[in-house]
Formats: sequence, structure tokens, C-alpha cells
Amino acid sequence: MHEIVTSGFLFPNDVHAHWSVMIVLYPYITGLVAGAFIVSSLYHVFGVKEVKPVARFSLVAAFSFLLFACTPLLFHLGHPERAFNIIFTPKFTSAMSGFGYIYNVYLFIVLLEIWFVYRSEIIRRAREAQGPLKALYWCLALGSLNDNEEALKLDHKIINVLAAIGIPSACILHGYVGFLFGSLKSNPWWSSPLMPVIFLLSAIVSGISILIVCYWLVCRFSKLSLDAECLKAMFKYLWAFFILDVAMEGLELLTHIYEAHEEWLIVSMMLSQRLGFSYYILQMLVCSVLPLIVLGFVVLKNMQDSTRIRLGLGCAVLILIQVLAMRWNVIIGGQLFSKSLRGLTSYTPAILGREGLLVALALFLMPFVVMYVFNLILPLFEKEPETEKQ
Amino acid sequence: MKQDRREFIKKAGWTFIGSGLYINLFSLGTSLANPSRSGIQHLYAFIVDTETCIGCGKCVAACRAENRVPPDNYRTWVERYTLLKGGGVEVDSPQGGEHGFQPLAFARADIQKSFFVPKLCNHCAKPNCVQVCPVGATYVSPEGFVLVDEKRCVGCSYCMQACPYSARFMNPVTHTADKCTWCYHRIRRGMTTACVEVCPAGARLFGRVDDPAGPVARLLKARRLQVLKPETGNEPMVFYVGLDKEVH
Repeated sequence: MHEIVTSGFLFPNDVHAHWSVMIVLYPYITGLVAGAFIVSSLYHVFGVKEVKPVARFSLVAAFSFLLFACTPLLFHLGHPERAFNIIFTPKFTSAMSGFGYIYNVYLFIVLLEIWFVYRSEIIRRAREAQGPLKALYWCLALGSLNDNEEALKLDHKIINVLAAIGIPSACILHGYVGFLFGSLKSNPWWSSPLMPVIFLLSAIVSGISILIVCYWLVCRFSKLSLDAECLKAMFKYLWAFFILDVAMEGLELLTHIYEAHEEWLIVSMMLSQRLGFSYYILQMLVCSVLPLIVLGFVVLKNMQDSTRIRLGLGCAVLILIQVLAMRWNVIIGGQLFSKSLRGLTSYTPAILGREGLLVALALFLMPFVVMYVFNLILPLFEKEPETEKQ
Repeated sequence: MKQDRREFIKKAGWTFIGSGLYINLFSLGTSLANPSRSGIQHLYAFIVDTETCIGCGKCVAACRAENRVPPDNYRTWVERYTLLKGGGVEVDSPQGGEHGFQPLAFARADIQKSFFVPKLCNHCAKPNCVQVCPVGATYVSPEGFVLVDEKRCVGCSYCMQACPYSARFMNPVTHTADKCTWCYHRIRRGMTTACVEVCPAGARLFGRVDDPAGPVARLLKARRLQVLKPETGNEPMVFYVGLDKEVH
């Protein structure tokens, strides 16, 4: 157990941070869903052909992250066995109560879209496989083995519609996570109309970044060749959304500084004394300014594909760290000053325990396990055309 | 057959979009509004006289004993403010003031003024905590008491984040949100709150606002009173006599 360091006067119930690293992980994983889904929508709805190699994978990634988006909450709740009361007996005045519905609608859309995207593949396997595998694929096909041209056309149409519905749903889901914090008027560090916008944009950039990293890793460790054009397109979109994201975060800070409300004094002390490294250095400087500049070069300058991929990949990793730091700085930062506006406390996550770092890491890795298992049943990437290219 | 399938998918699609929109708009709309408080009257109020409080901490100890408040958690506490002539403000509340206060460490000549401020749940008329509770475990009783149903609370801590006064804590025994109930169990039996009962200075008063003979109704009428953090719009039902601007 780490000792809590306090300074100044805290209300006696403000010594402990109520929301732990689990509540940091929850919006982080949820955010990764958004970007992944946006990439698939870029292909299906906006016809960005360059991202085709990752369009299918992005959907599966979105699904895998979505499956584990809520699990950190279960580890945090005082009574996880009552968690479903939020869905069954909700109180609609609470911003939190809507999450179950929004989450489930979104999960349903993603699941449906994956099914339609993979339908022809499932049918093909249902026909070719033998024994129990044949039964598995037959079940996955829901017993419908109709893959004539007309049926596939209809599938394609449905995918487009689902992807189109998915975009506003993704925006609602991630804007909503920001609203959970932004709507708390009791906390000057959270209460801001910009919060949903910042959460949405950071969700998108973190999602695109994780896709870039995953795509690179999968291609490196399997026999797939990297599609440089696809990565170039993803770098372009990553840069565009990241510019907006950093601008919003900067504007938020600027507004606080300029307005200099009574509460700003303690918030600024909290930032400099408690989050000096994670906020100013990590989130604002190293992981924002650096990728902004480097990605600009990656997108605008002519360079060798290998250099571009290396630089872009580095930026994607930095942006993943930036968004994690942002979640930490918002959620933990908001609890490091007392509502007395006169004192600071500290929070160090435990390594072990229900809300410890080890559990957090395990939860974060689970979506990748899901992707691995998914890949055993249905391929994440369309392998054949890629190998033909080689 | 194909026509049928197309029709079915079309209809299912529209139903899906419609129901999705309905749920989203409905929850959004109601989230924006305040909790419906039909049938609830705010019949009681609490008055704290900061000019009378002597900082003995008996109220904190009585509360702990009466409500089995776990150590290091507080349903009520007492703060001491010391305003210095040089302009500085010192605030302390060692162990919530439960065991009283040590003498001030400043020379008498340097002190502008010093006073005690007891704190507790404000049982707001527009409580933030009730608004944000996702399962309705925090609710307002018909008489206006803000209470927590520990059999319903999921322990999400959202109410603790929402309370501008930090009047709530996570009970380490029940793993649910906990806070001052204005001793609801005693009031229902015609008694007063434990803290009011033990206060030797009469700095805490509790009673009905519609009882003209009662001390609370009389003070509400006769004195100029303040509430904590009025800017939050929560409309606290704990009123303070002699509240200084330094008190949050």
C-alpha cells in the first residue's frame, strides 16, 4: 500500500481517490473501439479504398475492445453483482444509466456488421470444412448458406447501412463517455462542454493508432506484406484527427488559464505539483507536439515507404501513450485536489489487488486474445490476395 | 420470396433505428432534466451557527457512535478557520475535529479572526447525487431527506464525485455510498439528530421549516443565513449563521 501524500487542507472524505486506474482503463479501451470503427466506416461508407486491407480487421478489433470495455468497471464497483441493475432498473436522470443501452446498441451494430462482412467467408468454410468445424461454421452462418450474387449484393448494401448507422452511434458512445465526466459541475477540472468533444477525438486517434500498430505487428509476424498505401492513408487520417484533438485539448487549457476562475488556482497547483510529468511533459509536449510535427512530415513529404512506416508507427505509439496519459490526467487528476479548493492528495495504483496494475494490464491484453482466437476461426486479414502480390 | 426478405429487412431496419433513436433521445432528454420530485416536500432544515460553535468535536463522536461510522470516514466534521492579519488563511480539521483542536500555532497578535465550521450533508433540494445515481439507490424521502439504499447501491462512486461538499464516502464495510442521513431513524421516532443532541453550545439546530414555534423556522425568518457553494444550484437545506467568504 503506497502512502498518500497530502498538502494543504482537504475535506476529510477527499483523502482517497474514489476512481482508480480501472476508471482510467475504461474510457481508454472504449476509445480504441471508436477509431477502429471509424476506419472501417472510412472504407464502407466514404469509399476510402486505401484502407481496404484493414477494413475487416478494424471491425474485429472494434468488437474485441468493445467486449472488454466494461470489464474494468466490474473490477471497480463495490457491488459488481448488482451491475446489471444499471440496465434493468435504470434511473434516467443519471448520465451513467444510459451507457448500458448505448453500449448494447453499438455492440449489436458491430456484431451484425462483422457477420455480414464475414458471411461469404463463413459460407465457404461451412462448405469446405469437415466434422465439428463444419457444424461450427454452419452455426456461425446461422444456417443460411445462400451466397449467390444477389444475396451478396444485399449483404453489401446492409453493411453500408450498418456502417452508416455505426458512425453516429460511435460518436454518441464516445462523446457520451466524455459527458460522464464533463457533466459533473462539482469538479472544475472535469466540468466542461469540451470534454465530450475531446473524448471523442482522442478516442478516434487512439483507435486509428492501435490499428496501425496491430497491422504492423501482424504483418511482421505473419507472412503478410504491409500495404504502404493503406498505412499512408491511415497516417493521413490520424494526423487530421490528431490536429483537432490537440487543438481542443489546448483550447480547454487556454480557457481555464484565461478565465482564471477561483478553482483554477488549485487545479493549476495540482497540474504542476502532481501531474507535472504526465500532463505537461508527456501529454502536452512529447506525445502531442512531437507526433504532430513528425506526422506532418510523414503525410506531406515524399520519402521512402520504409522510412514513412517507421516514423508513422513511432507517432502511433506516441499517440497511444498520449491518450492514455490524457485519460489518467483527467480522471486521476480530477481527484487529486479537494473540493475544499485548499489541498492536494496523491494516488499511486497498487500492483496487485482487484484494482491493481496487473489486473489492468491483463484486462487490456484480453481484446488481443479475442482477436487471436477470432483469427483461428476466421482470418482477420484477407490472406490470399496479399500472398499473390508477393 | 426475395421481395419478402427485402421487405422484412427494411422493416426490421427501420424498427431498429427507430427504437435506438427513441432510447437515446429519451435517456438524453431525461438526463438533462432534474430528478422528478413529485410528492416530496422539503419539510426540514438544519442550521449551523458558526459564531457559537466551540470546536469540541462532540458532534463528530456522537455521529460516529450513533451511525457506526467506520474510522477515517466522516458523516460530519468540524473545520477550523484562522484568518491572519497578513492575509493568509489556515484551515485544519484533525481527524475531522472529532477529538477537538490543539491551540493555534500563531501569536494572538497575528490573528485577525478564528472560527469553527461544522459540515455535514446538505440534503439539497436539488441534489446532484440523486441526479447522477444510475440505479436510484440515492433518493429523496417524502420529507426531503437525501438517503442511500444500501441494498440497491452498486458502489460506483459517481455520487461521491458529484457531491460538491464531499459529504459522501465509500463505506468499507458495506461497499456502498454512505453519508449523513440527518439521523432519519431518530427523526422518525420523534427524536432529534445525535449531533444536535450532544452539542453543548447549541451551534446545531434541526427542525421543521413549517413549524412556526420551532427554532429553525424562527431563525430562517429572523436571521440572514447563507448556504455553502450556492453557485452549484443544488439548493442546500443546511443554512449557516455567520459564514465567512473563505469557507467553501
